[in-house]
Formats: sequence, structure tokens, C-alpha cells
Amino acid sequence: MASSAPRSIALLNARLIDPVAGTEAVGGVVVVDGEISAFGSAVTVANVSSDAQIVDCGGDIVCPGLIDMRVFIGEPGAEYRETLATASKAAAAGGVTTIVATPDTTPPVDDPAVVDFLLRRARDTSLVRVLPSAAMTKGLRGEELAEIGLLKEAGAIAFTDGAHSIRSAKVMRRILTYARDFDALVMHYAEDRDLASSGVMNEGEFASRLGLGGIPAEAESIIIDRDLRLVALTRGRYHAALVSSKLSLESIARAKAAGLPVTCGASINHLTLNENDIGDYRTFLKLAPPLRHEDERQKLVEALASGLIDVIVSDHNPQDVETKRLPFAEAENGAIGLETMLSVGMRLVRSGDVTLPRLLAAMSSRPAEILGLPQGRLSVGAPADLIRFDPDEPWVVDPRRLHSRSKNTPFDEARLEGRVKLTMVAGRIVHE
Amino acid sequence: MAEASPNVFSHRHLLGIQGLSRPEIENLLDLAEQAIEVSRQVEKKKTVLRGRTLINLFFEASTRTQASFELAGKRLGADVMNMAVANSSVKKGETLIDTAVTLNAMRPDIIVVRHYCSGAVDLLARKVDCSVINAGDGSHEHPTQALLDALTIRRRKGRIEGLTVAICGDVAHSRVARSNMILLSALGARVRMVAPSTLLPAGIDRMGVEVHRTMETGIADADIVMMLRVQRERMDGAFIPSTREFFRFFGLDAERLKRAKPDALVMHPGPINRGVEIDTEVADGPQSLINEQVEMGVAVRMAVLESLSQHLPNG
Repeated sequence: MASSAPRSIALLNARLIDPVAGTEAVGGVVVVDGEISAFGSAVTVANVSSDAQIVDCGGDIVCPGLIDMRVFIGEPGAEYRETLATASKAAAAGGVTTIVATPDTTPPVDDPAVVDFLLRRARDTSLVRVLPSAAMTKGLRGEELAEIGLLKEAGAIAFTDGAHSIRSAKVMRRILTYARDFDALVMHYAEDRDLASSGVMNEGEFASRLGLGGIPAEAESIIIDRDLRLVALTRGRYHAALVSSKLSLESIARAKAAGLPVTCGASINHLTLNENDIGDYRTFLKLAPPLRHEDERQKLVEALASGLIDVIVSDHNPQDVETKRLPFAEAENGAIGLETMLSVGMRLVRSGDVTLPRLLAAMSSRPAEILGLPQGRLSVGAPADLIRFDPDEPWVVDPRRLHSRSKNTPFDEARLEGRVKLTMVAGRIVHE
Repeated sequence: MAEASPNVFSHRHLLGIQGLSRPEIENLLDLAEQAIEVSRQVEKKKTVLRGRTLINLFFEASTRTQASFELAGKRLGADVMNMAVANSSVKKGETLIDTAVTLNAMRPDIIVVRHYCSGAVDLLARKVDCSVINAGDGSHEHPTQALLDALTIRRRKGRIEGLTVAICGDVAHSRVARSNMILLSALGARVRMVAPSTLLPAGIDRMGVEVHRTMETGIADADIVMMLRVQRERMDGAFIPSTREFFRFFGLDAERLKRAKPDALVMHPGPINRGVEIDTEVADGPQSLINEQVEMGVAVRMAVLESLSQHLPNG
């Protein structure tokens, strides 16, 4: 990726935000050979070597690039919805420098050869880093263990069945037990499919008025509760991929307090939208888990601010017209989000609910810590995955101008503030 | 009764009772009164829709609603076409939108749609140039049923304001219950929902209705007892344990009906399941309005068609 990069780049006159320390300072960052070689308020035009390419950031934010732990891409098998190339353009435009791809492709990522394919395709076609996650059960069927050891050796960063939830407690126990021997991270989407039944949105008054089947928050929290018991039993490393309700948060808080190896994530959609945004059956807001009541959203935001929610994901899920322009109950779940995640997240900063360093930590340093990655932080020797970001620039989301191949954004025509001006991966500028 | 005027109705489509004002609802009922007179004459034809095309597009089988719209359209002079969806390309995977666009190209003036998905009629209405009438979408709304129920009640009781109406049975899955709840509340009735908890929708206690979980309290002193059809697939342990258990606790028989007001009237949107939600003696008894509802159905649909016709292009 770094082939055409100049040897040295200096980003100067910036508002540096270090998400690990939670601090900010005016200064600069020097990048040499794809790594951060110096940063801080001492880095100015006066002390940067003359052969460096200099970028005057004009007071914009410079911080580590974002790490998105839950992105469905579609390659292989659904290239008409998204390819590694198109997803990576959307990511670069949104300041995301590392994508963790979900394994629910066709074929699914349950074989080391598919991991290898993805890594090679990403090397050849992607502007940003793509880290494949692999299936934890064969064929994502929730029955037999996938080859966790071989898949990890091939480069799988973590294990998940993507949009599928493991129905059997026995299987989940085996996964956690076996994964622990390989220090493999299990990322689970929690949904009791029997309880969710034919539901298509959050259960409650609004669903009843629309005549749509409801999914209670318990469909999520019952599985989370089960999983956390199994984590206590097995001590496997567990990440609740998408939490959407207060009930789940309470359980996770207890597990963390008990010292269990547990983390959790929430999607940017669930942090900034609620069930009422579905309005007149808007299928772009049909998500899994479903958008919840405003009270639940506020609890999520509080949990993000306190650090109980570790990471924010885009839960990027490109869907085309054929799967979305349908009656609500028949439409697919999912929304794109790579390109808008940070700008939408700024709403939480502007409302005073979350500090900017905390927001950025949930999108960069915390995912890096959980996944064991060297990027996602400002430190000498770390990979130079950086973004320059103007937190005040207003823009209106026009789906036609988004880089994703699919246009199913729930933020269609939304007015956002904050825009990525430059994205750098391993010292190479991939978006400007 | 005030002289009804189609001009009060300001909408291009009729997608639900939600969004209609009280004057609009009352005016539709007044117009329907006039349509009853037309239907009772030997010469039943009016010319309001002469030259217009009405398409009945039913994705879910229905004998009475489809026939009712067909008659209403014909009595107003429209050419009526019934689309048999079961035999069409829709079954071969054509999407609802494609069907809508195809029909739109045939330049109909009004499409009457029934669909098994909530919101599907809304979606279709956004993709066509003509007027669309919701003849029932999933568990969402069935506005002409609510209008015909209101008309039936108003003719028999002389008013709706202040009446106690008990809507009983599978409230959770019923579009009839939803539309009636909105309409009857808007006209000042006291609405009760009576069902076992498994057949009540979430959040019902916040919808401005009284909720009862026994028939005994639910229909006590009611002016109107409206029974809902219970689908067979909800029986057999899915939502209620059995037909006989349901009938024992939530069926309407003559004995139970005595708890309502002596002059209480019994309604049912049909088709009825005798011995499941309603006893034959009651269904065919003197307090039953079930057949009258059918007659009012044609009249109400004529009123709706007439009201929409003023917004048709070149109308």
C-alpha cells in the first residue's frame, strides 16, 4: 500500500487528539516510512526536515484513523452490493482506515482459503486495511465449530457468525472454550430468534400502530445473559457485537464488574436514531437489532460516555433496491454507514452527551485494544493511519454522492457537521 | 343530516383512517347515506365515474370486500377490472413496485389494494399516478371497514358520540380493530379492546382505549359488541390453546350477550367462524347487524370513490 508514498509527511498546525490519553494539544505529526516518527506541540514547520511533504491543517483535528469492527462488504458473492474497492472508498472518505469484515459472504469465511482470498483482494483493491473476521461455526449454521485455529493462522482477526446468532447454548459454550485456547476473540450478535419470531421492528406502541410485528429487547438480552454465564464458565474472550437495550447494558456492566473478559459495541444508528425515525415504513431504517425507543437510545449514549460501551461500529450493510424497495416486513435489514459514521457521531459531541476524545476512542483506540492492533493511537512507531477532520464543516448527505455501491443510508438528506479532509493509511494519503 | 359534499375530502388516496379529520369522516358517512338510497333503487347507476377505470388488486383472497368494491365502482359507472394475483406474474417473483409500475402504465384512475404486509399499500401509492384505496394492509388499517361499521352504528343508534363499543377477539393482528379504534375514538365513542393478553398488541394501554381481559367486564353495559375474526392459524397453541378454550372464555353467545345493554347490537366484519368467536344463535339473532354491515359496505365504498373522484386528473 505504501509504494507511491513519499518518505516523509508532516501534518502541521493541527488540533491533535490522543484518544488513549483523552487529551488534545495544538501541534503536528511527522510520518516517516508509514510510521509516526514524532508528534506533539513541539512539531512545527521550524523543526520538520526539508524533504518532508508538509500539510498545513489549518487548526483541523488530526487523530488516529477509525477502526470499524463490523462491516459487511459483499465480496465474495454479492459484488453488486459492495466490493472491497467500493467499501474502501467509502471508508476512506469517512475516515475509516481499518475495516473488520464480517464473514457472512458467499461462500462464507469459514475456510482459510477464503481468508487468504480476502487478504489478497484487499491488498490489490482496497485503499484501507481490511481485516477479515471468520465464521465461528461451519457455514454459519450454528452447529459445528469452524477451524478457529487454522482460520486465525490464515489471518482472521476475530470470530463471529455475522448476522447469525448461535441458538444452542452447548455450541456457544464449545466456541468460547475452544477459542480461549487460541486467544481468539468471539464477537457475537445476540438475538433469540424464537422470541424475535416474526417481528420486524422494536416491540411497542409504535409497532402496534404501524401493524408491524415487534421484537422485544429481551430477545437480545436473554442471549447476552446466557452468553455472559458461559463466559464466566469458560473465560473465553467475548465481545457483544451490537447492543441496543438497557437490559443488555445492565448485564454487561455486571460482567465487567466481575472481571470477566467482556466488551461490547453499539452501532452509530442505535446511538443516534430511534424507532420513530421509521416513520412511514422507511425500510432503510429496518435494522437488526431494531431501532429502539428513545429511552433506550439515551441509555446507550450514557453507556458510551461512561465507557461501558467500548466501541462504535457503522454496522455497514449495503442493500440494493431489490432488497429494500419492498413492504417493510419483507425488506432486508441493514444500512450503510462507513462514510457517515464520524459525522453522525459528532451529533453526540454537539449535544454535550459525549466528549470528542471519548467518541474517537470508541472508534479507534478501543477497537485496537480489543483486537490487539498497533494502530488506533498516537505514538511513536505506530502505523501512520491518521485522519484530518474539520469538526465544523456542514454538509448534507446526498446518497448519490456517497462512495458505497449501495445507497441505503438512513441519513438521506440529513444535515451533518464535521467532515474528513484527509485520510492516511500507513503513511499514504488515500483520501483528500 | 347536513348535505354531504364530496369537496370536503382533501386527499388523493384513502390509505387509512389515521390522518382523516372528523368533518371528513362525517362527510363520508353522509355521502354514504345518499349512496344507500341509490343502491335501493331499481336504477342503481350513477355517472360520477363514467369512463373511469378501477382496478381491484388483491394480494390476499377476499370475497366480500372485492365484490363490494366492484359493485360500488359499477354503480358509479366505472369500468372495473379484478386482478387475480394468484395467477399473475406477482407469484413469479415480480415485486410489488414492479406490479404497481406496470399497472400504472395502463392508466387506471383508481386502484383498490389489499396486501398481507402492513405499509404495502402506502408503498404502492407512492409509485403510481392514480388514486389508491387501502382495502386492508397486513395488521395495519382497513379504513373502508371502519367507515362501514361507523355508518351501520350511526344509522341504528342515531349517533356515535358517547356510545360504548367493545371490540373483541384477535386485536393484535386485526387491521379492522386498528381502523375502528381510530375512527370511533375520533367520533367520540368509548372504545374497549377485549382479548386475552396474547392477542393484545404491545402498548395498547397507551392508545386511548380501555383494555379488558375478560368478556364479562369487557362487554358489560356496552352499546355495541364488535367481534373480530380469529384466524385458524392463531389457534392450536400459537396464541391461544384451542378453539374450544377460546370460545369458552371469549366467544359471544346469547347468555354472555346479556351483560351488554339490552339494546346492544352485535357486529362482525366477516366472514364469521360460527362456534369459534360467535355462536350461531347470536350471529343470526335479532341484535345482529352482520348482514346490514355488508349493505353499508357497498354504500361506504361508493362514497369513498365519489370523494376521490374529484381529485382525479381531468375530473
